[in-house]
Formats: sequence, C-alpha cells, structure tokens
Amino acid sequence: MIAALAFYLFAAVLIASAVMVVTSRNPVHSVLFLILTFFNAAALFLLAGAEFLAMILVIVYVGAVAVLFLFVVMMLDIDFAALREGFQRYAPIGGVVGAILLLELLLVFGTWQFASDAAGFRLNPAPAGVDNTRALGRIMYTDFVWLFQLSGLILLVAMIGAIVLTLRGKTSTKRQDIGRQIARSGSVNLRQPALGAGLGEIGIERPPVDAPAEPKKLAHADHGHGGHH
Amino acid sequence: MEGFLATPVGHLALTVAQAMALLVPLLIGVAYLTWAERKVLAAMQLRKGPNVVGPFGLLQPFADAIKMLMKETIIPAGASRVLFIMAPMITFMLAMLAWAVIPVNDGWAIADINVGILYLFAISSLGVYGIIIAGWASNSKYAFLGALRSAAQMVSYEVSMGFVIVTVLLCVGSLNLTEIVRAQADMWFIIPLFPMFVIMFISALAETNRAPFDLPEGESELVAGFFVEYSSMSFALFFLGEYANMILMSALITILFLGGWYAPFDIAPFTWIPGPMWFVFKICFCLFVFIWVRATFPRYRYDQLMRLGWKVFLPFSLVWLVLTAAALKLFGWLPAA
Repeated sequence: MIAALAFYLFAAVLIASAVMVVTSRNPVHSVLFLILTFFNAAALFLLAGAEFLAMILVIVYVGAVAVLFLFVVMMLDIDFAALREGFQRYAPIGGVVGAILLLELLLVFGTWQFASDAAGFRLNPAPAGVDNTRALGRIMYTDFVWLFQLSGLILLVAMIGAIVLTLRGKTSTKRQDIGRQIARSGSVNLRQPALGAGLGEIGIERPPVDAPAEPKKLAHADHGHGGHH
Repeated sequence: MEGFLATPVGHLALTVAQAMALLVPLLIGVAYLTWAERKVLAAMQLRKGPNVVGPFGLLQPFADAIKMLMKETIIPAGASRVLFIMAPMITFMLAMLAWAVIPVNDGWAIADINVGILYLFAISSLGVYGIIIAGWASNSKYAFLGALRSAAQMVSYEVSMGFVIVTVLLCVGSLNLTEIVRAQADMWFIIPLFPMFVIMFISALAETNRAPFDLPEGESELVAGFFVEYSSMSFALFFLGEYANMILMSALITILFLGGWYAPFDIAPFTWIPGPMWFVFKICFCLFVFIWVRATFPRYRYDQLMRLGWKVFLPFSLVWLVLTAAALKLFGWLPAA
C-alpha cells in the first residue's frame, strides 16, 4: 500500500519534472529539473529493490555528470529571444522528426512481448541469499567481463579523442615545475630556528638587538604621525 | 508499547525519535565545533579566543545564533528568489541527511542499509549543488566565480575519494558501514592503508572547502565567494552545513580507517569506555586536525589544487588500488564472498 503510493508519487514527479526539462524557459532551471528527474528515477530503483543501481545513478549522474552539465549551462550566455526566433520556421521539420520517432516507438511497443522466462526473473531477480550488488558484480565481471571491459575501452578512446581535439600546444604559457622549485638551492634557504627563541636571538631578518636605535629616532623626529610608536 | 511500535504510526514515531536522538547532539556538536575552532585557532596563534559570553566563552555559539536570527534576510534584487532561498536549505539538509546511515555503535544506525557507503558518497557528492545554486542564484560575479571553483574542485577530489573507498571495500567485501567497521576489529585500516588514509583526509578537506582548499570562498580574491550575498539565517544555514559536513567527513574517516566504535587496544582500561564514546573521540580527533591544518597551511593556488587532485592523487590512488587488489589475491586475504 505505502510502496504503491510511493511508486505513484515518484513516478508522477518524475514525469512532471521531465516535462519541465523541455518546457522551462531558463536552461539552468531545465538542468535542475533534470536532476530532480534523476532523483525520482533513483527512488523508483530503490522501490524495485535495486539499491545499488539507485546509488550509482545518484553518484554518477547527479553527482558528477549533471554538475558538469550545470557548470557549462550556467556559463553559457544565452539570448532567449534569439533562441525562440526560428521557432515558426523550424516547427514543420521538428514535427516531422517527432512524428517519425513516435511511429518508431509505436512499432516497437506494438510488437513488444516479454521473454518467456522474464516473469520468473522478475519475481526473483537475484539468487536467494545474494544481495543485488553482488549479483550485478557476478554478471558484469564474470559472465560479461569482456563486453564490460570493451565498453570501458570505448569510453577511454572517446576521452582521449576529446583531449586530442581540444589540446593546443601553447608555447606562451608559463608552467610551474614544483619538483624543480623544491630542488632549487641558493636563493631560498630552509632554516630550523631554535624553539621558543625570538628572531633577535637567532639573528635573522633583523639587525642585532644591541644595535643603536639613536640615528633612526632623529630622522623621524619631525614626523607628526607614523607607525613608530 | 510493543504493539504500538509495530503499527506504521508507531514505526514512524520511533524513526523520528531516533533521528532526533542523533540530530540534536549533532547540532549541539556543530555549535560547539564553531566555538572549538575559534578556541583552537586562538591557542595556536597565541590569542584567547571567545572568552566573554559565559564561562570560557561557552555560550558564544548561542549568542552568535541569536544574533543571526535577529538580522534581516536580504535577497538581492537580481537574484533568482526561489533558488536563492533553496540553496542554503539544500546544503544544510544534505549535511543532516547523510547521518541516517552512520553507525555510532554496533547496530546503532537509523538505517543500516546494504549500500551505506554508496549512500554516503552519493550524499557528499550532492553537496556541491547547494554551492553552485547559491552562486548562480545570487546573480553576483564573486558568488558565481566561487561556485564555479567549487564545482570543479569538488568533482576533482571526489574521483580520488572514490578510489580510496573502493580500496577499503576490497578489504571488507561489503558496502555496509557496520560491516566495514566490524572488519577492523583486529586491525584498523589506517595501518595497512596509511597512504589511502592521507589521501582521504586531504580529499575530505577539499570536499568540505576547508583551508588550505577554501578557494570557493577565498576572501582575499572573492570577498566571501559563493555566499557573499547571503545574510542572517540563510548565511547561518551555510555555515552550519559546512561544519556539519566537517563532522560527517570525520565520521566517514573514522568508519573507514579509524575502526569506528572499537577501542584502540582490546585490553582493560580501553574497553571500559563504551563504543559510542570512542566514536565521538575519534571524530573529535579528526576535527582537531581539520582545525590544525587551517591554522598551519596557507591557501593553495587554484592550478596547484587541480594539479594535486588530478596529477598526484588520482594516479596514486589508482596504483594503490591495483596493488591492494593484487596483494589481497596473492596472499589469499580476499574476504569470503
């Protein structure tokens, strides 16, 4: 009863916020609604008993991907008038694309049927006595380890590609080489002063304590202000 | 009584009571952490710190809270009102939310869930939203720059923190926080995984935007960074959230590396002190080091901060993860699945 109520609540909020993602005027609000959508999807995973997937969804999508997304969208200087300008012109093309997609979806769902053993899996997704984190791990790292590694490799290639495309070898930038700085000697010295001793007693950075202060006093005698009090 | 607790209403009442039993001491702890920070910093800088309100200045946090409540909440004219008000609430709420899974003693967690450590990691990775939203909604350049810095910084250090957590998980074989602490009954993970402990501690400093990584609010460049436009209670919520996050990170370090509620030695004088007390002692120790670091180190430059996160911590924690996995496999120490 409570689970069903929670399901309908999360599902309703999910659909409402997903609609808000595409209809909201401000792109930053769109991203924030997208985050709300992710959250509700995670809650639905939790209700389905897939707590590992729920947490990974929050960590990866909400905690990392959406942050970077928000980061970029906030920095964009978007002219809302210019965005809406071509709406009339592009509406027919958009309509055609949308209709094709809808048709495809209808075709897919029209011939949809459950696999013969799906009902059994649905009732008992993980073997008895194994939590779903462990069950997922077994499937991904034992049964499908090569596919899993391959998908990781594809992502790596994509990342290297992005870096290669955007990295320009700048010759004008100055770089800090921390190792060289630390290894440098001569101009900067490291000293270990005695604990509790004043600077005067150690004899660094100041003239000795017994140096006469007389001439300095005379030089500043005619000043009406200053920090030598 | 037993019958009442079995009903849904009774269950709800029990959960609320448990949450209160955890959150009220936590909030008092947050209040006194601000006091302790000022006292410790003062002692380290040969000053006295708060010493006027109450004995040893013990009532200072409450005086500050009353002052904050009395001030006017100012919402800047160009600000996005809803988000501006929401941001400090998000920060504070997330800092409280994470405590649901923290085991203070064996079996003393409000929600002892299977994926406790992932939950904690998820909540701590959400902390950045309060800051980004605050920076954007303020419609101020300083606040926005602070928010951008914070987003980049927190995402960078989360990566190495994730590897640290995975390393610990390899040694435990469970995502449950109680199990993680139980695995340290014989030896705290700080001993075999000391380098990971250091990385975790420094990443925790960066995650909570504490000195020397307090660039999001670097007052020398950004006035006060992301919360420059906030005043009165909305500012206080940020402040409380930051300190509650410090306590949370200390609790996480305690659970992962310092053996949670276990006494350092399983012999007489140590075992007389109950587990929750040890847990609190360890958190206090971590917090003291947080403050000590603030009193000692100058602020990092931004490029150095990024270099440390991506070029030092990430490769190091990755290599250490592989080494740990190899050692566990080689010596047959892998926890039984």
